[in-house]
Amino acid sequence: MDQLLDQFFNLEIMAAAWPTILRGLGMTLLLCLLVIPLGVIGGLAAALTSLSPRRWVRWPAIALVDLFRAIPPLVLLIFVYAGLPFAGIRMSPFVAVAIAFMLNNSAYYGEVLRAGILSVPRGQAEAARSTGMTHAQTMRAVVLPQGVRNVLPDLISNTVEVVKLTSLASVVSLGEMLHAANLARSVTYNASPITMAALVYLILLWPAVRLVSRWQRRIAV
Amino acid sequence: MTGFDRFLATFFNGEVIVRYLPSILQGVWVTIACSLLIVVFGVAAGVLLACVRAYRIAPLNVAIVVFADMMRALPPLVLILMVYFGLPNVGIMLSSFLVLFVILGLVLAAFTEEIVWAGLTAVDKGQWEAARSTGIGFTGTLLQVILPQALRMVIPPLTNRAIAITKMTALGTVIGVPDILNQATTAQSFSGNASPLTIAAIAYVILFLPLVVMSRWLEERFVRHRR
Amino acid sequence: MAPITTLAQPSAIPTLEVRRLHKSYGALEVLHGIDLAVATREMVFVLGRSGSGKSTMLRCCNRLEEPSSGDIFLEGQPITGKRVDLDGLRRRIGMVFQSFNLYPHLDTRRNVTLALRMVLKLGRDEADARAMAALERVGLAGKAASHPTELSGGQQQRVAIARAIAMEPAVMLFDEPTSALDPELVGDVLGVMRELKADGMTMLVVSHEMGFAREAADRIVFMADGRIVEEGPPEQLFTAARHEATRTFLSRHTRQ
Ligand SMILES: Nc1ncnc2c1ncn2[C@@H]1O[C@H](COP(=O)(O)OP(=O)(O)OP(=O)(O)O)[C@@H](O)[C@H]1O
Ligand SMILES: [Mg+2]
Repeated sequence: MDQLLDQFFNLEIMAAAWPTILRGLGMTLLLCLLVIPLGVIGGLAAALTSLSPRRWVRWPAIALVDLFRAIPPLVLLIFVYAGLPFAGIRMSPFVAVAIAFMLNNSAYYGEVLRAGILSVPRGQAEAARSTGMTHAQTMRAVVLPQGVRNVLPDLISNTVEVVKLTSLASVVSLGEMLHAANLARSVTYNASPITMAALVYLILLWPAVRLVSRWQRRIAV
Repeated sequence: MTGFDRFLATFFNGEVIVRYLPSILQGVWVTIACSLLIVVFGVAAGVLLACVRAYRIAPLNVAIVVFADMMRALPPLVLILMVYFGLPNVGIMLSSFLVLFVILGLVLAAFTEEIVWAGLTAVDKGQWEAARSTGIGFTGTLLQVILPQALRMVIPPLTNRAIAITKMTALGTVIGVPDILNQATTAQSFSGNASPLTIAAIAYVILFLPLVVMSRWLEERFVRHRR
Repeated sequence: MAPITTLAQPSAIPTLEVRRLHKSYGALEVLHGIDLAVATREMVFVLGRSGSGKSTMLRCCNRLEEPSSGDIFLEGQPITGKRVDLDGLRRRIGMVFQSFNLYPHLDTRRNVTLALRMVLKLGRDEADARAMAALERVGLAGKAASHPTELSGGQQQRVAIARAIAMEPAVMLFDEPTSALDPELVGDVLGVMRELKADGMTMLVVSHEMGFAREAADRIVFMADGRIVEEGPPEQLFTAARHEATRTFLSRHTRQ
């Protein structure tokens, strides 16, 4: 028991690792600030194109979304980071992470938003169009606001997944929180820094996880 | 050499592909085996937890909710590194494959529990009353009447989640599980060529795209069914 | 002498008896002491305005709602209290719901056999035979392989009745069995209930079918605000109700 505590909850080591982890947390948050908006924007594009009435727009959009839902994000990241340089395309880990996650997250946000748009009764769009609004105006002012509200729990869930996903950046040595913690772990031969990072993730994400669970229950009943 | 030839030589180099295809295929089997184990264990454990939760035994329910929340809030890679590098120092040696399977299995169990629980609570209360009014007990009603309806309801989200989590077997690469990605990165560094990574990506697409398409089909059928 | 009297008066003990039944939801008391007895083979109708507590009273009888106080007896045996075997009790009290509550994942036959197999522990063949007999009684033996979604509302409700009578209950409770049905489907369900009565089933029915109540009921109970205000044979209530509330209710509901 003592051994377990010492290995996973060593307060001294945690305190020593804290500044490093805090710096990593900064990078994690910075990443989130970048990849969440990028993913939502990409997702919106994916949702709108995959619902296009024109088949030659719709099918390629759906195919791309499914492609990026089929490839594990880590594979995508390593392909971008380690593969593209062979073709002379060199980039920093940060840019590689941004690109890989943008592709992956857009596909997932796209599916959520698509479901949201589909959840709005057809009559809503018909009513708006009958008042003379254009297709774009209808989408922006009538369909999207309702659709987003309908899938808000799923949007939050997906955002939780995106934040969790940023931990993969550690694999390409981007100094986010898990990378920092793992570095401290390898220096101290003690897992407590990772426990510490886990605690930070819990503080960041548990409220959102709980919120969504309660929310969805209320809708279900 | 034209630009296109250079592109082919870098990403679709026949020689490199032939040389490393066998090891990547080995990785395919590892990925498939691990994925199947995760799905079987994760779904079974998650359904079981959701059913236990239906009895509303307070301490058990708190434990289940805390477990499910933690597993859903923590990045799997954090858990994997913590367990893989932490446990040996307290004298517990686990193979990297086992660590990957156990962690992702537990993560899937947590998501399954939440999804199935939402399904159980979404079944109409009249179903409980009808069954109980004929003398069927709580457990019988839960297993024979409520659970089958709940499972049917949650098949699309459950499929999506199971796919997302089995894809995470690629994380095993980080702790040395010889899966597709691991074999490919090894081959890539030996050959100094990006083709193994291309092959890995294609392998994942072949494995998972049919599942993704199936889940889309399930979802659409379900939505139409509800209307 | 004794055997002859028991034959002439089937039983002095009511099949179902409710005494001083109170029920509260939190601070709100919705049943203020109900006394009611349903004799064997009797069909009792419960009438009353929405919110008067009819469903609550009915659901207390098989303890889908837990009575706050009072006693309920089934064939003379108390069924309230902690030590009563709830499932054993419920299998002897059939219930039919307004919303049918058929199991959507099972076909018609298995909707009926589920409790036969799980509660009465009948073998497959025996359960099937009994289910088919019950479906025959409601005129739906031909639909044994259909799923509930493929049936009309009236057919669904008749399957629900078959599900209940297959257990051979001592008494059947009906909570507005025809309220969710299109008017033209109501007749089939009432027809089945009429036949059940002819076969000697004991029934306690909450319903707004005034014509049917007047024609088929042995007795009518009128509830208002959680109390039984008045009871008697149909003709007496319909023609000479003593209470203002009863008269207003009946006139409003019989004026076509
Ligand atoms: N679960 C509950 N919690 C709180 N109040 C309830 C609950 N169920 C019923 N009530 C209240 O109890 C009263 C009686 O309800 P009940 O359903 O028995 O009426 P009813 O006579 O069957 O009416 P209706 O004809 O509309 O079915 C109503 O005032 C209702 O609001
Ligand atoms: Mg009612």
